[in-house]
Amino acid sequence: MTPIKRPPAGPGLLPKSSFQLLLDALQSQGYRVMGQRLRDGAVKWDDIRQVSDLPVGWRDVQEPGRYRLESTDSGRFFEVVNGPESVKRFAFAPREPLLVIERSQKSFRATPTLPHVEKTALLGVRACDLAGLAVQDRIFLHDAYPDPYYQARRENLFLVAVNCARALPTCFCASMNTGPKAQAGFDLALTELEDAFLVEAGSQAGQALLQHLPLSPASDKPLAEAEAQMEACAKSQTRRLETAQLPQALYDAHEHPRWDQVAARCLACGNCTMVCPTCFCHTVEDAPDVTLQRTEQARLWDSCFTQEHGYIHGKNIRPAIKDRYRMWLTHKLASWVDQFGMSGCVGCGRCITWCPVGIDLTEELPALLDTERR
Amino acid sequence: MRPAPAAPSPNPYDLYAATIVEKVRVTEDIDTVRLQLVDPAARRSFRFQAGQFNMLYVFGVGEVAISIVSDPDEPQALDHTIRAVGRVTKAIQGMGLGDTLGVRGPFGRGWPLDDVRGKDVVVVTGGLGCAPVVGAIDYMFRRREAYGAVTILHGIKTPRDLLYRERFEAWRRHADTTVLLTSDQPDKTWHDHVGVVTELFEQVAIDPARTVVLMCGPEIMMRLGAPILLQRGIPATALYLALERHMECGIGLCGHCQMGPYFLCKDGPVMRYEQVAPFLGRPGV
Repeated sequence: MTPIKRPPAGPGLLPKSSFQLLLDALQSQGYRVMGQRLRDGAVKWDDIRQVSDLPVGWRDVQEPGRYRLESTDSGRFFEVVNGPESVKRFAFAPREPLLVIERSQKSFRATPTLPHVEKTALLGVRACDLAGLAVQDRIFLHDAYPDPYYQARRENLFLVAVNCARALPTCFCASMNTGPKAQAGFDLALTELEDAFLVEAGSQAGQALLQHLPLSPASDKPLAEAEAQMEACAKSQTRRLETAQLPQALYDAHEHPRWDQVAARCLACGNCTMVCPTCFCHTVEDAPDVTLQRTEQARLWDSCFTQEHGYIHGKNIRPAIKDRYRMWLTHKLASWVDQFGMSGCVGCGRCITWCPVGIDLTEELPALLDTERR
Repeated sequence: MRPAPAAPSPNPYDLYAATIVEKVRVTEDIDTVRLQLVDPAARRSFRFQAGQFNMLYVFGVGEVAISIVSDPDEPQALDHTIRAVGRVTKAIQGMGLGDTLGVRGPFGRGWPLDDVRGKDVVVVTGGLGCAPVVGAIDYMFRRREAYGAVTILHGIKTPRDLLYRERFEAWRRHADTTVLLTSDQPDKTWHDHVGVVTELFEQVAIDPARTVVLMCGPEIMMRLGAPILLQRGIPATALYLALERHMECGIGLCGHCQMGPYFLCKDGPVMRYEQVAPFLGRPGV
């Protein structure tokens, strides 16, 4: 019997010079490895072969309605916190074919088109996005009708989390209890220190992968350093969301004049819903081919800010932008809690950054509840 | 809370081909279409409850949620009363005997007709038709002895809007049954009550302790009507409403049919008044 090389019981230390071995190990296990790469002035999930494909030497600057990358002297791999994409699309695809339906004589035959998914490892998932994925799991896997398409994608994900060392001005994960430390739902979690990563397994698959890495047991010093780094990251967050009175207080605020004020700024563009790691609304399209003998039924991400979302034969339940913003925020923070026993917000701050006019829910909520931010 | 019945297929998006075996024109733009699933095994195992709906699919056009109005004890034939108002319903209107539709379902929670056996039932409807409740009334009259007094109150705008006139007349002939009609914009041909449907409440004897109310119609009618019934002593838990929202998936995932915390496709479309009272008829909800 070959002796099993056991990884250290607690988090292990991986020198940065050996970081590539993690990628190699994932690839040798058959995973397509993806990380956040520079693209179009932001970062986007894409294939990575070398750790140098990660945006070393760059960091993101985010404010309401503003996103910029700027160069930095830091040699860290994970200085860029996030971009517009969460990891949602890897499980809940933006366009998911559901059925192929083929005509035969006067009848037709439907065949479900479950996706064939490559095993995919996502390197650098933030705690807020893990929390977002947990929300999506609750909706698509643990409700009345488990979704086989979502499940097929989700089962093939290997999640390498990165605990955040840096908070953006738009971040408020600490107040939502979702970060900056990845708490659950990861296979591996990394904490980036100056010269090494702390590596921790969160699943059997993660534990198995650790066998391939030259880890040394972490002494108290790097452990303390990691803790201090995450604590500082949490403390540096300036935004917060006070959710104690929810959901009822927001239902009660239905007639609040603040909705008119925010509606006057809102463009109903739907950006907030497209970047949100938890939004799940979708529409279904039927796409016949040119022969009209074969059609594909597919679902596409939808947004409650569109004209059509509130459509019902002959009228629109939410004709005004005010109705739609109120629907979005009330769903996210109030009815979501009643529906799924959890908030629809994980504190990633993307809806603040990617709103073209910088509408900030952490500012809107206290105004609506008449509890100005302290 | 009644449990949501399980979908017949493990993939809730998969659909069955079904043939149109009968089509009855109700009015110019309303048809009742009788469907039979093509697959014999699916046909044998298909079960539904009164007030549940199917997603009906037209090849190359799309799907629409339509309630099943036929009797749950005869699930081999599925009747759907369809008003041609949208893309899919207009396509169905253009189809004929032998044509094929897709069927996905049944979905949702229907009327609690088996739970309310022995009770008096007041049915309040308004507006054009109201297919979901027609199925419920037929269900009760096929089991007439299982229910107490049945009262049907129906309000319309103009006499022209009175669909199913013969049905109301036929229902009126059942024992221990009251049918009252009202129009708030009557013409010379109208001999029934003049006014809105809530005014009819005063004309009927209701024993609140043994009465359940089924309401179906415009949200405003239900929002204004329900409190009057509560004043008459009907408990909020004995008041059931059929509600309507756009539905694309039927399984609580697409997000369109929300009303407050509810997904009407899976928590409804029939809801208890106490559940939805805060959201009913509220603009933008």
